[in-house]
Amino acid sequence: MIPLITCENVALSYDNKIIAENLNFIINEGDYLCIVGENGSGKSTLMRALLGLKAPSEGTITYGEGLKQTEIGYLPQQTAVQRDFPASVFEVVLSGCLSQRGAKPFYSSDEKKLALENMERLKISDLKKQCYRNLSGGQQQRVLLSRALCATRKMLLLDEPVTGLDPVVSSELYCIVKDINKQFGITIVMISHDIHSAADHADHILHLGGDDVFFGTTEEYKNSEIGKAYLGGHHHD
Amino acid sequence: MIDLISELLSYHFIVRAVIVGVLVSLCSALLGVSLVLKRYSMIGDGLSHIGFGALAIAAALNLAPLAVAVPVVVGAAFLLLRMSESRRVSGDAAIALASTSAVAIGVIVISLSSGMGNDVYNYMFGSILAMSRGDVILSVTLSIAVLALFVLSYNKIFAVTFDETFARATGVHTKRYNMLISVLAAITVVLGMRMMGALLISSLIIFPALTSMRVCRTFRGVVICSAIVSVICFLIGIVISYAAALPTGASVVAVNLVVFALFSAVGALLHRA
Ligand SMILES: Nc1ncnc2c1ncn2[C@@H]1O[C@H](COP(=O)(O)OP(=O)(O)OP(=O)(O)O)[C@@H](O)[C@H]1O
Ligand SMILES: [Mg+2]
Repeated sequence: MIPLITCENVALSYDNKIIAENLNFIINEGDYLCIVGENGSGKSTLMRALLGLKAPSEGTITYGEGLKQTEIGYLPQQTAVQRDFPASVFEVVLSGCLSQRGAKPFYSSDEKKLALENMERLKISDLKKQCYRNLSGGQQQRVLLSRALCATRKMLLLDEPVTGLDPVVSSELYCIVKDINKQFGITIVMISHDIHSAADHADHILHLGGDDVFFGTTEEYKNSEIGKAYLGGHHHD
Repeated sequence: MIDLISELLSYHFIVRAVIVGVLVSLCSALLGVSLVLKRYSMIGDGLSHIGFGALAIAAALNLAPLAVAVPVVVGAAFLLLRMSESRRVSGDAAIALASTSAVAIGVIVISLSSGMGNDVYNYMFGSILAMSRGDVILSVTLSIAVLALFVLSYNKIFAVTFDETFARATGVHTKRYNMLISVLAAITVVLGMRMMGALLISSLIIFPALTSMRVCRTFRGVVICSAIVSVICFLIGIVISYAAALPTGASVVAVNLVVFALFSAVGALLHRA
């Protein structure tokens, strides 16, 4: 087990207001971690901290050896793209390949192929030449997912990836994610409100929510108080 | 028409102006796409006013104008970018403060040294006679450097412009490219300013981008279209300004305005179709 990311006593805050604290967990290579919790519990903020976009106000986040930022794919919860931004779907997806380019200025044909493959995976190949801003919300989400897949080498961070996707595409998405986790050993960190699918697919759960933070395997979560309360009530089918 | 153009090209100063003007139009159009989409168009405007102050001081001290103005404006670009990134100061207010102060200082320096007159007019609205041989060589070198840097970092500039958070999260040095964009913009503004005028140069940055966004749907399309539109507008503008004895800067802006209107109409038709 190689720890990719270790969080010790991490606290997150905005303007001295603490959002989440006492976060202790380790993400190992090949893990599939799901982060759950109520709205506003700090899930997205934690993900931004894991990406180095936001410094923790306390504690430390250490990266295991060999994890470079350029090997991480990321799907933000919201992408504040201006309404009138001219960009084709292919341009957006291809920009996911950029991080591994280093100083090389232009995309190679391998990278273009990778972008096309990832578009195929999410069934947006026919949108290739379309203007990104004219797509529906769910189509945009798929474009951004393809972009994230292009950037992924070791780790993929997804902030509520199924928001806005229809049920068929949602379950396909879970399969794709599971697949790249199992097949390519890519570490997954996913934020989700869909607790049942999370429990089905993930091997670790991090539950944020005020004072009680839970971190453990999915089995442990199912047997814990907080997990039962969160999972219970609904019937699992 | 042919006669007019060959007559135009028989004047050395006009040939110089055309060479520099075409290169500056290209640079400003390319950078303009990114500046407009990043909501940084005010920075271009601020920089040109600061450039005005710097040119005035250089003239008063009898220094080479570009050698003073380029470093001053590049420095100002760093500061303005810092300001618009920090959330404490409201960016556009800070830019307005800096640019009006620079104009005030420039006007005071000019009136103390030579008295208000043609100089101020030329700085504000530009003069085609402003370029010396040395200026032309420096301008050509700098604009080729700007073009080369833009082409080499085109994909990064797209990523940083489209979604800065994603770019930063996946390890692109977004700060570096923001800096690059504003430094290149600063150089372009200074180069174009004396011909186009401090009041008008920012339109060279903004117009071509907005014009091509009416019609084009991809980033690459907008970039290429802006470059073409910008150069053509400049050339038409300079011919008109010569034929009708109008100031160059104003003529170029007017042509840009007409083309913008045309493209808007075409865009509206395309949308409906
Ligand atoms: N830029 C910001 N400045 C100040 N406070 C913020 C900022 N972003 C988020 N917050 C606050 O931090 C808290 C946690 O936000 P966060 O986006 O991490 O929640 P979340 O768990 O992702 O919620 P959701 O399920 O709705 O996505 C919220 O109370 C929010 O008000
Ligand atoms: Mg969130």
